[in-house]
Amino acid sequence: MSILSVKDLTYVYSQGTPFEHTAVDKLSFEIERGDFIGIIGHTGSGKSTLVQMLNGLIKPTSGAVYLDNINIWDKPKEIRKIRFKVGLVFQYPEYQLFEETVEKDIAFGPTNIGLNEKEIKERVLQAAKFVDLNPELLVKSPFDLSGGEKRRAAIAGVIAMDPDILILDEPCAGLDPLGRDILLSQIYSYHKERGNTVLLVSHSMEDVGTVCDKVMVMNRSRLEMFDTAQRVFSQGERLQKLGLRIPQITSVIDELIDAGFPLKRGTLTVEQAVEDITEYLKREGRL
Amino acid sequence: MRDITLGQYFPADSVIHRLDPRVKILSLIAFIALVFCSFNYVSLAFTALFVLTIVLLSRVPLKMYLKSLKVIIIIVVITSLLNLFYGTGEPIWQWGIIKVTWAGIHNAIFVCVRVICLILLSSALTFTTSPTDLTDALERLMKPLTVFHIKVHEIAMMMTIALRFVPTLLEETDKIMAAQKARGADMESGNLANRIRALTPVLIPLFVSAFRRAYELAVAMECRCYQGGEGRTRMKQLHLGKRDAVCIVVGLLVIAAVVLLDIFFAAYV
Amino acid sequence: MNFISVQNVTFKYDSQDETEGKLVLNDISFEVKKGAFVALLGHNGSGKSTVAKHLNAMLTPTSGKVYIDGMDTSDDKLTYDIRRRVGLVLQNPDNQIVASIVEEDVAFGPENLGIPSDEIRRRVDEALKAVDMYDHRLKAPYKLSGGQKQRVAIAGIIAMQPDCIVLDEPTAMLDPKGREEVLYTIHKLNKEQGITVVMITHYMEEAVTADRVYVMDNGRMLTSGTPQEVFSQVELMKKHRLDVPQATELCHKLRACGVELDRLPLDREECTSMLKEVLLR
Repeated sequence: MSILSVKDLTYVYSQGTPFEHTAVDKLSFEIERGDFIGIIGHTGSGKSTLVQMLNGLIKPTSGAVYLDNINIWDKPKEIRKIRFKVGLVFQYPEYQLFEETVEKDIAFGPTNIGLNEKEIKERVLQAAKFVDLNPELLVKSPFDLSGGEKRRAAIAGVIAMDPDILILDEPCAGLDPLGRDILLSQIYSYHKERGNTVLLVSHSMEDVGTVCDKVMVMNRSRLEMFDTAQRVFSQGERLQKLGLRIPQITSVIDELIDAGFPLKRGTLTVEQAVEDITEYLKREGRL
Repeated sequence: MRDITLGQYFPADSVIHRLDPRVKILSLIAFIALVFCSFNYVSLAFTALFVLTIVLLSRVPLKMYLKSLKVIIIIVVITSLLNLFYGTGEPIWQWGIIKVTWAGIHNAIFVCVRVICLILLSSALTFTTSPTDLTDALERLMKPLTVFHIKVHEIAMMMTIALRFVPTLLEETDKIMAAQKARGADMESGNLANRIRALTPVLIPLFVSAFRRAYELAVAMECRCYQGGEGRTRMKQLHLGKRDAVCIVVGLLVIAAVVLLDIFFAAYV
Repeated sequence: MNFISVQNVTFKYDSQDETEGKLVLNDISFEVKKGAFVALLGHNGSGKSTVAKHLNAMLTPTSGKVYIDGMDTSDDKLTYDIRRRVGLVLQNPDNQIVASIVEEDVAFGPENLGIPSDEIRRRVDEALKAVDMYDHRLKAPYKLSGGQKQRVAIAGIIAMQPDCIVLDEPTAMLDPKGREEVLYTIHKLNKEQGITVVMITHYMEEAVTADRVYVMDNGRMLTSGTPQEVFSQVELMKKHRLDVPQATELCHKLRACGVELDRLPLDREECTSMLKEVLLR
């Protein structure tokens, strides 16, 4: 059963003015419970507007968002409750840290839910553990942490609300390769352990390719593709036509396939490619 | 998305737009003085007519002017009413302590017209002059003040930077607010005290970010050899042209006319 | 001739209690030839940004020397001259744009240098054309995309007509399109105007196209050489959790499985043509 679905979802900025601009255009899709979905697309393709509609920060111009089959705007006064169920981590979330200590900052969400002190404490510790934040850091001021630690503390602040769906908007922006790898693997293990639904917005197909099961491709306010990662990435040419850069390894293998070698389209990692090529060579008896 | 232009500059190609900003600032000061020096109905009407001419010449839609008047209209109404009811002299209408006199009516009309002219004039300046031109002109006009150890260049540089960062910080405020709302922050309900408290999660990150930006900007300015105003040249030089000369002459003629009207029609008060 | 010469530079901050005593830079030496395109690769905290600030005398070495075209950066009297000749572009484009109109921001540097008005006008137009932002010259910076803002920042530096531009992670905050725009611009300036470029980055893709790559880790110089030489050391790079091109890694791993390859490729074309040969053999 789908946990989240949208029907004809549309958002128009500055409607009725000369600056009118349709950011999201009649989107319809369904997301299954426990999915790990990547959302890719250019800047300005509507990704950010879409995710802000999913947690009720932006009210759609038309169409609807259904969470557990209930329209989230049925009771506009209770929209805040939706935000606890659909956690959204913004781009550069470290800029939202404000409390005296990391612990208090992570507790901001759970406190807003209205949990009691014991529950809050538990949630904070658990969230900190998910992002591998050293307990010693919890008593520090968030402004004394390193860049990567700040990022993880901010993400913990959303995880602590224990949302059914976690959405991350470009969580790896500005991180170096090491920081990116660590963060992605933490998000992945969080998803595995909690078994909840995760949506990852990213420019990087490499990132999406390594962790996501399914991929949504947004283009010019519309949903261009929505399929398993493998099937999306096996359409290298189509992605490139949309101006999206596909991983180097994918295009190397694609070119070899075009040259007549029987390899797998949509190869995303070096490991897959090595396996595929050595297998071929072994079959041919040359290795 | 907000489209904030501080001072509400409205780009267009009009005579007023093309005037030297220094001339515009000085004219504004002179004409404001003029508005308050129009002592009788004839000179006031003349001044008001002149202000309307400027408004029309600026080629800025009248709607924009009306918008800036809307902000101030309550103040105009209140001051007019106060003047209307607290005039001295023989009452022509009375109800309790409230009385209306001829002097009160006169005062109300004068205040009303004067304030409207004032708003229209200053709007005409900000609509037709870009913020950078304004700071630039102010810096040059205030240059003589350096004699009194007033740091004119620094003040102008601060204004430039402030103007530059207003849109950036507004955008940032929006982002932080959205991020805190996503964590369940409630900013729309509760009493005033609650709402102010709810702003802390927005204000602290905003201040932190503003300081970080300021620090980085200082580094960037140093990298670009900034050493204060001394020895600095400017790309845009302001030249007084024929148009400005005409403006100054017309301005002086208008002032002379108002003074004459003030004297000749002194009875029409 | 060496334009930049960094000799055994060690650096630590004086009084910050927590980092006190910790060497941010530990015996760093390297040279950059005039007109070269050099990349300095490393993780956050490896000390690469500290190196950047040494190249235009924003910081001076605790020990060792930095010479810019023979000028010692520790000499206060030369600071201004050095900054005029080595422009530094920073990571966040938003925080290095001073004015609220593009062309006025580009004019900021030359204005500080006290250059006559019409010469500034000429330089500003030229600089904006060089970064393909001339059509946007009258816009407000906040209405531009990240890539466009960063190109304005670069124009602001080249309008000062420096011999060298140092870019401190200029693409870290940009989307892929902005990153491409900026990289294209930097390479163009290097080729067409002969400006020496020192590109500091944590993206391996951006180092691949340099003439020479220096890799930093933990305040030290880990390795250096042509991109080919550096990225062929797959084990070393992986050990320090640095990326190598996927094409290089693929061939390295195939070699470990017994596939015969005489060298490791850097880019897609080279990799595919090598693999075609292997698969056909």
